[in-house]
Amino acid sequence: MTLTQDFAAWSSEEADQLITPIALTPGPILRCLQAIQERFGYVPADAVALVAQRCNATRADVHGVLTFYADLRTQPPPAIPVRLCAAEACQAVGGRGLQGEWAKACDEDPQLADVTGGNEPIFCLGNCALGPAAFVGNQLIGRASVDRIMAAIRQQQEGKTA
Amino acid sequence: MTMWFVPRDAAARSMGSDEVAEALIAQGHDVIRTGSRGMLWLEPLVECAREPGGPRVGWANVDPADVAEAGLQETAANYLGVVADMDYLVKQDRWVFERAGVIDPLDPDDYVANGGLAGLRAALALPPGDVISNVIDSGLRGRGGAGFPAGIKWRTVAETPPRPHIGDPANAPAHKYVCINADEGDSGTFADRMLIEGDPFCLLEGMAIAAYCVGADKGIVYLRSEYPDAIEVLDEAIAIARERGWLGIGILDTDLSFDVEVYVGAGSYVCGEETAMLESIEGRRGMVRVKPPLPAIEGLFGTPTVINNVMTMASVPSIMARGAQAYAALGTEKSQGTQVFQLAGNIARGGIVETAFGVSARELIEGFGGGTLSGRPVRAVQIGGPLGAYLPADQLDVPMGYETLAEAGGMIGHGGVVVFDESVDMAQQARFAMEFCAEESCGKCTPCRIGSIRGVEVIDRIRSGEDPEGNTVLLRDLCEVMTDGSLCAMGGLTPMPVLSALDNFPEDFAPPVRGQ
Repeated sequence: MTLTQDFAAWSSEEADQLITPIALTPGPILRCLQAIQERFGYVPADAVALVAQRCNATRADVHGVLTFYADLRTQPPPAIPVRLCAAEACQAVGGRGLQGEWAKACDEDPQLADVTGGNEPIFCLGNCALGPAAFVGNQLIGRASVDRIMAAIRQQQEGKTA
Repeated sequence: MTMWFVPRDAAARSMGSDEVAEALIAQGHDVIRTGSRGMLWLEPLVECAREPGGPRVGWANVDPADVAEAGLQETAANYLGVVADMDYLVKQDRWVFERAGVIDPLDPDDYVANGGLAGLRAALALPPGDVISNVIDSGLRGRGGAGFPAGIKWRTVAETPPRPHIGDPANAPAHKYVCINADEGDSGTFADRMLIEGDPFCLLEGMAIAAYCVGADKGIVYLRSEYPDAIEVLDEAIAIARERGWLGIGILDTDLSFDVEVYVGAGSYVCGEETAMLESIEGRRGMVRVKPPLPAIEGLFGTPTVINNVMTMASVPSIMARGAQAYAALGTEKSQGTQVFQLAGNIARGGIVETAFGVSARELIEGFGGGTLSGRPVRAVQIGGPLGAYLPADQLDVPMGYETLAEAGGMIGHGGVVVFDESVDMAQQARFAMEFCAEESCGKCTPCRIGSIRGVEVIDRIRSGEDPEGNTVLLRDLCEVMTDGSLCAMGGLTPMPVLSALDNFPEDFAPPVRGQ
């Protein structure tokens, strides 16, 4: 069930094919952007005009949606994004301390920071009884520690090379 | 034939339940992946039935290595005995979560064998107006936190004629929608996720009942992107329900036609506010709408729309199956039925506790939850999510209910109970509440957009000892403006955690003593 995401290289033709059917449905802008990100890993600048054209919207409309939602990226994602929960239930079990330890680990190892993107804080992963919680790639980690996060990264890297 | 049960719930998987299931399968065992029972501190919790339908015994915190080496023995220290007889479960009254953790969430036969569809069948045997009366009589109120009576909302939608999408010609097809708010962004809450991962047909059954009552033809579940497992399970459940004739044209061979789609959120907390959610489903920025018009009259794409939380909707099948009166008999005068509490944060036995309203926070935290995980004394409890109040340890005898918590200066919200031990810095928590509001505000109204940023600054000044008295007055004034002047609950309720921290824990706001 855990996905290791491999993304396609950006192609405006492929993106066009992907969004054309979505653009015919009501309220399509956000779902077009989500579909593009799911396929290519991010929403490149070129996609804005394309989505606007297909959805019969202005580029400003599309830009507005793209910049509102925290999930939508305008740059390619790191290989294995690490996202630590920054919300209250995880704070109650040392979430802030873990953020600091993780930041230190990334400072000391630039390659680790590169692979994981450092840390993009996220608010609540729905694992609030087993905090601190973290996403490593698409894998949810309970009772997270730097060691458990590192183990998950290694496992996913091995999975990718295997 | 011996059958093994291992949860596929995201929380269980976060503790390694996939590896445990693989280890059992590698030994030639038959494994069913269930939802979680909600005793999350025991995950991965593995169960085993020696005969089909027989009692299921369990083992807690199973390590795949144990499975591979000795196998799971009844003499082991982590052996639990019969899981259904455990105190934590026996003391609950499960209506919404009656099947979660028991059944294979994607086996429709298992669903029906365990009471599934009984509610929908009971509803379809009555005129829609009678079903609405049942929902009103049950006392069911909105479990998202607002607490509006569900049946009254349904009646409004039922009485409003369907309409074409806004912008479509007048002769275009007319619609009504049933929208489920599964944008469960409150920290300390996970009941929606667990219900969808553990018993998704229950939600779909509730939606079909609502559609029948109000005459809706379309359903949408707005599910947050942080819940990838729930998205996968719900998508599969919808496909199976269509195959079975539980969704689509002519549901259960009646005239009811209704279909459901999943819309995935995009990482915005404010989209859990119902009108921001509608904007997001319509593909725009999740900006809050001014009410009126109420969504029940002009909702999604301008059509009459039922919006309910997952817990509200998933309560309906069992209410119809077991009787509105039986449900209404539970709880307190104004908060009837059961609430699915979620014990979270610094708690020894965290998880799902579904029980009648009126239970005290102390019983939940000490009785069910076993106190803090750290073993240190409880200092503060935040009930009802990031916008809920921080209650001190000596105020935990308040009975849980919509009005009782409001009288105590808090709110029940979505039923999350987040426990903090004595190491918590309450001024830091108050600052975080403002910071979170600044981060997640949709930006439409000034008190929320700007007030939250000023709130962070003022709290910083108080903490650094810069005119603490004057700045505390300023903070209270700012909170009043946000409470009274914000368009929605995001800005309107952010003062609740801030002021409760300030009122209940003033010592934490004192400036650092010089020389220390």
